[in-house]
Amino acid sequence: MKLYCLSGHPTLPCNVLKFKSTTIMLDCGLDTTSVLSFLPLPLVHSLRLSKLPGWSSKDGLINLEKELKECAGRVFVDSQPEFCLPERELLDLSTVDVILISNYHCMMALPYITEHTGFTGTVYATEPTLQIGRLLMEELVNFMERVPKAQSATCWKNKEIQRLLPGSLKDAVDVRSWKRCYSLQEVNSALSRVQLVGYSQKVELFGAVQISPLSSGYSLGSSNWIIQSHHEKVSYVSGSSLLTTHPQPMDQSSLKNSDVLILTGLTQIPTANPDGMLGEFCSNLAMTIRAGGNVLVPCYSSGVIYDLLECLYQFIESANLGTTPFYFISPVANSSLEFSQIFAEWLCHNKQTKVYLPEPPFPHAELIQTNKLKHYPSIHGDFSSDFRQPCVVFTGHPSLRFGDVVHFMELWGKSSLNTVIFTEPDFSYLDALAPYQQLSMKCVYCPIDTRLNFHQVSKLLKEIQPLHVVCPEQYTQPPVSQSHRSDLMLDLQPPPMPYGRCSVLNLPFRRRYERVYILPELANSLVPNEVKPGISVATVSAVLHSKDNKHTLQSVPKPPPAPPTKKRKRVMEEPPVVLAPKPLLSGAVPLEAFLVILQKHGVTEVKVEETADGYILHLQAQDTLIQLEEDGTHIVCDNNEPLRTTLRDLVLRFLQKL
Amino acid sequence: MPEIKVTPLGAGQDVGRSCILVSIGGKNIMLDCGMHMGYNDDRRFPDFSYIVQNSRLTDFLDCVIISHFHLDHCGALPYMSEMVGYDGPIYMTHPTKAICPILLEDFRKITVDKKGETNFFTSQMIKDCMKKVIPLNLHQTVQVDDELEIKAYYAGHVLGAAMVHIKVGSESVVYTGDYNMTPDRHLGAAWIDKCRPDILISESTYATTIRDSKRCRERDFLKKVHESIERGGKVLIPVFALGRAQELCILLETFWERMNLKAPIYFSTGLTEKANHYYKLFITWTNQKIRKTFVQRNMFEFKHIKAFDRSYADNPGPMVVFATPGMLHAGQSLQIFKKWAGNEKNMVIMPGYCVQGTIGHKILNGQRKLEMEGRTTLDVKLQVEYMSFSAHADAKGIMQLIRMAEPRNMLLVHGEAVKMEFLKGKIEQEFSIDCYMPANGETTTITTNPSVPVDMSLSLLKREMALGGPLPDPKKPRTMHGTLIMKENSLKLVSSEQALKELGLNEYQLRFTCRVQLQDPHSDVDTLHRIYTHLKNVLKGYTIQHLPDSTVMVESIVIKVTSSAEDSSTKVLLLSWSYQDEDLGSYLSSLLKKGLPSGLC
Repeated sequence: MKLYCLSGHPTLPCNVLKFKSTTIMLDCGLDTTSVLSFLPLPLVHSLRLSKLPGWSSKDGLINLEKELKECAGRVFVDSQPEFCLPERELLDLSTVDVILISNYHCMMALPYITEHTGFTGTVYATEPTLQIGRLLMEELVNFMERVPKAQSATCWKNKEIQRLLPGSLKDAVDVRSWKRCYSLQEVNSALSRVQLVGYSQKVELFGAVQISPLSSGYSLGSSNWIIQSHHEKVSYVSGSSLLTTHPQPMDQSSLKNSDVLILTGLTQIPTANPDGMLGEFCSNLAMTIRAGGNVLVPCYSSGVIYDLLECLYQFIESANLGTTPFYFISPVANSSLEFSQIFAEWLCHNKQTKVYLPEPPFPHAELIQTNKLKHYPSIHGDFSSDFRQPCVVFTGHPSLRFGDVVHFMELWGKSSLNTVIFTEPDFSYLDALAPYQQLSMKCVYCPIDTRLNFHQVSKLLKEIQPLHVVCPEQYTQPPVSQSHRSDLMLDLQPPPMPYGRCSVLNLPFRRRYERVYILPELANSLVPNEVKPGISVATVSAVLHSKDNKHTLQSVPKPPPAPPTKKRKRVMEEPPVVLAPKPLLSGAVPLEAFLVILQKHGVTEVKVEETADGYILHLQAQDTLIQLEEDGTHIVCDNNEPLRTTLRDLVLRFLQKL
Repeated sequence: MPEIKVTPLGAGQDVGRSCILVSIGGKNIMLDCGMHMGYNDDRRFPDFSYIVQNSRLTDFLDCVIISHFHLDHCGALPYMSEMVGYDGPIYMTHPTKAICPILLEDFRKITVDKKGETNFFTSQMIKDCMKKVIPLNLHQTVQVDDELEIKAYYAGHVLGAAMVHIKVGSESVVYTGDYNMTPDRHLGAAWIDKCRPDILISESTYATTIRDSKRCRERDFLKKVHESIERGGKVLIPVFALGRAQELCILLETFWERMNLKAPIYFSTGLTEKANHYYKLFITWTNQKIRKTFVQRNMFEFKHIKAFDRSYADNPGPMVVFATPGMLHAGQSLQIFKKWAGNEKNMVIMPGYCVQGTIGHKILNGQRKLEMEGRTTLDVKLQVEYMSFSAHADAKGIMQLIRMAEPRNMLLVHGEAVKMEFLKGKIEQEFSIDCYMPANGETTTITTNPSVPVDMSLSLLKREMALGGPLPDPKKPRTMHGTLIMKENSLKLVSSEQALKELGLNEYQLRFTCRVQLQDPHSDVDTLHRIYTHLKNVLKGYTIQHLPDSTVMVESIVIKVTSSAEDSSTKVLLLSWSYQDEDLGSYLSSLLKKGLPSGLC
């Protein structure tokens, strides 16, 4: 059993598990932090960006003025942003049988895998994961395709050149495999392979393995996965939350008794408390609006935004923001808001109860109805006529490299009245802001990451007691910036097995048993024998049938009756046909009892001689020797087959057959 | 032999008050807990005294499962849980859990407030009952306890309707509730995987019907409504608030839009808007098309259909009214019916099944004079039309489900005896499985023959699979041998050697040695070789070795040769074998006693 680790990003994992005869990919995360190396894609021509100076090395030997631009001391690639894909060389991805998706953030690399590796298997995901994942992918494609960039920078990726580049470009990993965004067609094709599953649904893979998603409490339809056979259990924990937000609570107890637990997707901001951040978010928002400024919230179109809107719903009146317009701008804004209302089964208890009334589970329905929240597919069209300031705008992409957010950064960046509030934890806000410097607008960092923190996870692991834990290497030491915080790492006994990008781990499994089924006819013919109190044994002779990885034992078919033959004597002389070995024996033959039983069977003249290991019985009338020893009996008997078989059966009376 | 027992308390050769008891693997499960629309007395509810006399049902039942929100499937639930007494788990899907209490409350109001019955369940009882409900998701495997697991499948029929697969060990039962095998305008078709249950308990409302194409039926319906409107008549469509109502609303709404009709369509009762809200929030339970387009256009937001007020019934001019309940047995539909019955221009369309005893059933059977309360009679002059829009599987659909699930036995409920009899014959003929149709209170017992799951040691399994190849040769099956260790609840199959080790037992050797005299005038070495050659000729398929230490081994049997001291042509063969080679050893000793054939080299 092996684990191939294809992603180095601890919250956007992509691992491949070889378990029994199956090859299972666990998540398909796309590392989008690579886009931070690129210049933003403006929706309307930006004078500032187009005037940025090109970069060439100080000695003038390398001139990449067309590809690289300098902004506030940093260098950016002027090209369509590219993503860092999961490793595709470590193993042949066409051999992957199934892909299990744990939440909609961890499936963004799916089209790269399903469309370009020869993959022919099935993808398993819950319905909300599929629907919202589709929205996020469509949004990404839309962001990229509506501002096509003619130039594609490739020279900077040359190994010799990259080595000499400044700053983060030099250290970027595996840049030659970075890829542009996929097309809508590829998204549709990839998602057509998804098979929907429900929480706690048991799905058989090839009869060998059973997989089952469990609620992970992180987002709508987010799941952890159990991969098990009758005797082995692997738990895959990815992006779980114990906080009460909108999704169904995490199912913890089903993770118990795991042989191996693969732990990914812990909080990226272990030092920030989500509740505190939410409070800070609201107060900063109110402060800016009161001062007449605008608030920009770069965010994903699904997930934490639902909680932000719910929080604001309660906050608006008390903070006197009743007249402030709230805008949610995304090509999928409407769909995201609508979809969030129809997944009652996947919501927390409180929200389910609302649906029973029947009322929409999320209060943003009311915000929309009362015109407090308006949503638009983009800044073009209706929005430009409705737009009023000061206002609050929720829009993507949180990397600030593409999407409508770029426009608002350019528009509001110059005024110190405005505020940008970062809530998504996926990108460093300083890196995100870098190509916009010098900025005058206020920047507030309120990352809300509801995923498990180290304290919660160690408590959880204590509870569910997996035999072995596998986790990204980042979790086995404190963060670089806070190397003294030994509480910001996994401290386990036995220590977890760490992995990095391209690691291949041998999972510590000792498979010893396999489930087989004894058919009723055979089961009824078995004769159990009690060998110890409470323990019985029965010898089994059977024919093994293995089909679709399921094994059954059937009775041995009776040989067809021998054809009638005239020479009956010949038949007797045939050697025994079936090689049916006799069972093993166990027990002891006590001398006294044996002598008694011999006497009963007419053997009276017995001379007993004691030896070092036991006794030798000399049956004088029959000229036969029996050696009785502690661990065996030896019968020496010539030319008297009836006597030999009698003696054999007498000895067997004392013994157990196995 | 393990048995599964099925006893209908209701819906046995009947439609109404569905309630079926199943005993499987020591667990007792109640499937549905409905009321009978045709009765107003004790027969309205299932006879729970069949289960227990004077104690609570909690002691007997492990769980109750409700298939969907129709009252003939859940109408007795508060009575059962709060008045008879049951505190265990009740399972139903989310939509059913949401809608069921509303229909129960409606039912209670009609019975208590309008008819003035006492000794009926109260609003509080409905609430208390619903607190015992655990929601089910489709395809989720719910572990009721360590042994009993249930799984819900999509059933079509109405919003949230489910079929359930109930499993204990390797025994299982599927109960369909009411289902529909063809998708319609707002719901999808029922689906189940090849779960091969021991019994499939299926409804059989339309056991003998093969319905014509849905399109024809819809066209017919629209034509009739249209004609009636054209000649200025009023059309009454008695429906239940949720279910067919939405289907027909979608149908009329699109027709009105297409034909640009102006006649008003009303939907009675305050439930309407609420009902449509449920459909919007549970859109994932509707069909593919509605789910796909709901963001752009929600099919349950109707433009032409308005809320009905009682006074509208007397308005002049044509109109279409959807009114509850669906069988004309009480409430608003009955009131409107009474008002409109006298005019032959008007029409009533019964879009679903009507149970015996209801007015709906009577007028469908052609009765034109109805006895009403207070000894008045009502002349029925309006047109009466029946259109089967209830979303039940027809005979073809039931056969299709059997093909999907591949049950070992079939059991029919929720249908009329005569029709069941016909279907039973067809099923037994086509699938060669037994089909049962117990009456209420009658128990069907089916013995199952489950395989026994054991844990086989991997080393033994791998060895056998390597030796036997992937598929055993049917002509020469390879026999494997092992020892089954039974300890508490575990069954392990291991090799005999491993069994000894695991049990901490010492192996006991039983050996036999036998001397055989043989006349053979050769040297000892040659004799041994002659024996080797002889055995090679006689014993095919055995491993025979001539070892350098002057022994011949046949499997594990050792043969040595010594010549007697006085006569060198008299050889003494020493045969030694263990008990495990008894058959062969015994055979060899008698074979060699006969001497060696001449002509051996």
